[in-house]
Amino acid sequence: MDDGLPTARLVRRLLLVVAAMFAFGFALVPLYEVMCQAFGINGKTAGAYTGEQQMDAARTVRVQFLASNAAGMNWEFRPLQDELVVHPGASHQMLFVAHNPSDRPMTGQAVPSVAPARAAAWFHKTECFCFTQQVLQPGERIEMPVRFIVDRDLPADVRHLTLGYTLFDITGRQGPQAQAVR
Amino acid sequence: MSAVIEPGHAGHDEHPHGPAPGLMRWVLTTNHKDIGSLYLWFSFTAFLLGGSMAMVIRAELFQPGLQIVQPEFFNQMTTMHGLIMVFGAVMPAFVGLANWMIPLMIGAPDMALPRMNNFSFWLLPAAFGLLVSTLFMAGGGPNFGWTFYAPLSTTYAPESVTFFIFAVHLMGISSIMGAINVIATVLNLRAPGMTLMKMPLFVWTWLITAFLLIAVMPVLAGVVTMMLMDIHFGTSFFSAAGGGDPVLFQHVFWFFGHPEVYIMILPAFGAVSSIIPTFSRKPLFGYTSMVYATGAIAFLSFIVWAHHMFTVGIPLTGELFFMYATMLIAVPTGVKVFNWVSTMWRGSLTFEAPMLFAVAFVILFTIGGFSGLMLAIAPADFQYHDTYFVVAHFHYVLVPGAIFGIFASAYYWLPKWTGHLYDETLARWHFWLSFVGMNLAFFPMHFVGLAGMPRRIPDYNLQFADFNMVSSLGAFLFGATQLLFLYIVIKCIRGGEAAPAKPWDGADGLEWSVPSPAPYHTFSTPPEVK
Repeated sequence: MDDGLPTARLVRRLLLVVAAMFAFGFALVPLYEVMCQAFGINGKTAGAYTGEQQMDAARTVRVQFLASNAAGMNWEFRPLQDELVVHPGASHQMLFVAHNPSDRPMTGQAVPSVAPARAAAWFHKTECFCFTQQVLQPGERIEMPVRFIVDRDLPADVRHLTLGYTLFDITGRQGPQAQAVR
Repeated sequence: MSAVIEPGHAGHDEHPHGPAPGLMRWVLTTNHKDIGSLYLWFSFTAFLLGGSMAMVIRAELFQPGLQIVQPEFFNQMTTMHGLIMVFGAVMPAFVGLANWMIPLMIGAPDMALPRMNNFSFWLLPAAFGLLVSTLFMAGGGPNFGWTFYAPLSTTYAPESVTFFIFAVHLMGISSIMGAINVIATVLNLRAPGMTLMKMPLFVWTWLITAFLLIAVMPVLAGVVTMMLMDIHFGTSFFSAAGGGDPVLFQHVFWFFGHPEVYIMILPAFGAVSSIIPTFSRKPLFGYTSMVYATGAIAFLSFIVWAHHMFTVGIPLTGELFFMYATMLIAVPTGVKVFNWVSTMWRGSLTFEAPMLFAVAFVILFTIGGFSGLMLAIAPADFQYHDTYFVVAHFHYVLVPGAIFGIFASAYYWLPKWTGHLYDETLARWHFWLSFVGMNLAFFPMHFVGLAGMPRRIPDYNLQFADFNMVSSLGAFLFGATQLLFLYIVIKCIRGGEAAPAKPWDGADGLEWSVPSPAPYHTFSTPPEVK
């Protein structure tokens, strides 16, 4: 009953499926990234924004700023102001202060997140300290800018946005991770 | 272990084809019956080991406060209990049943790839040896839950996590090889006349399960590989600091995890679909719809994974999609339950142990299905998430679902495996004690869960004390009862009333056309199926 060749061919095909599904697991990583950015879900903001917009003076949106440290990070990290009231379409800047109180040089990486998550697609950063890693010498203190535009097409029921940053200690981590962060 | 030793070979002794003597028989065997027995014994050992860990958990939760174990060890117990039961007890038990029964049911002489069969079994002791050894390592074993969410399993994991990762790799390879073997056997080795739509449902559900396995076990291998790279090679798949995302872990894990829960239940559906007609003395109601319902469940299992993650902050449209898709699974599952009940309708029912377990399976699995529907309601899930309600739900589908399905199968086919009838009185005791113990253990968990008791915590608020004590007593009863099962099986192997080729008068199928115990080699010439 064993007809040899078909079994061998079947097994080869099934192994191909296994290999394809293993690859698919890894393909989920960029797929997830693309989906999150395309739909602005998960509070993920897109990369540097280059467009320009007309200011909508008739509408105002409150933008609040949050800064927090990830576990194990000891920098002082805070925005200069807690919130700004902005007009959609206009460009604004906020400064964040970072201070390295330790006695060794450290590298920090800020990861942004916008709440409510569904508004993230309408929050554009034209310049951000989160695009790069920050290297601070012992005791050094810097002010880091973020420039942003709230899109004119922001859904009308969103009157209040929060831009939060979490600062991670990445001293000693190898690899060019910074490019991957937006 | 004497289950398959053939009593002499009068007649045609031109070449030796009984089992090899001695211990090496079990190490080198390529016989599907031997390997099936190995899988079943392995699974039962893992069941007792994972069960003892559950006993530790329930002993600690017997009273509020910390009495017996430290929280660190408690976390290792919940994690290992889940991993061992899922990957060590339930999955190998079904592979064992498949090895024993699929060739007998489709009239094949053996599995299509017997040598690979041997390898896929012997990977398992290696994998679980590796996994269990982590408990004795400095820093302890895995303590991050069987779902091993990052960053608990990466940034904050104990040192031993690498052993855990390799153990998962090994058991994944074993499962994939087992699945390929089942597919090749079912597609290529059926007896003449055994068309696909004549196959017993156990073979059908296993064929579909095998496709699920080769589709999702590689994804599990992928996700643990990503963990390995995050831990040791400086990548940032799941680390926000490097641009990754811990939520991604949950998506990839549950893309594997949801089909996995159907991998653990579909073969039980198949076995019960053989057992209920036998003891109802009627053919199965709606065979074709059973096959299509199984296919539909398998397909839907790929598009519902995010219902495990309603609270991570997925957008409203996503919650709605996954909520409705999840509820849709109730339709094919309902078709199955309806068919089982219709099979029993006006049947000449008798309640031997396999039937008792099968009927309890239908009722209690349906309860688990209903609590699953409750959990599928996205807004309500925010209340239930990570509470004991979830624990109650998945234990209702896994214990009286998968495990009762395995017990039913074991009693149903034990006469075929051993050549002896098992002790029916003891088997009924086993059933009723298991039934009472299991319901006592898991039903109160619904109540404490709805009241807000979180899962995976070794201590709890005083208001949950009484229900937890009841749960623990039920769990101890259920656990102790399983030693009775071991006794019944050993007793049945060692002796008892001789079983005829077809011990159940209502049974149907090729496996009953060979003598009991099934000879070491069966269907060397394929039977003719009309």
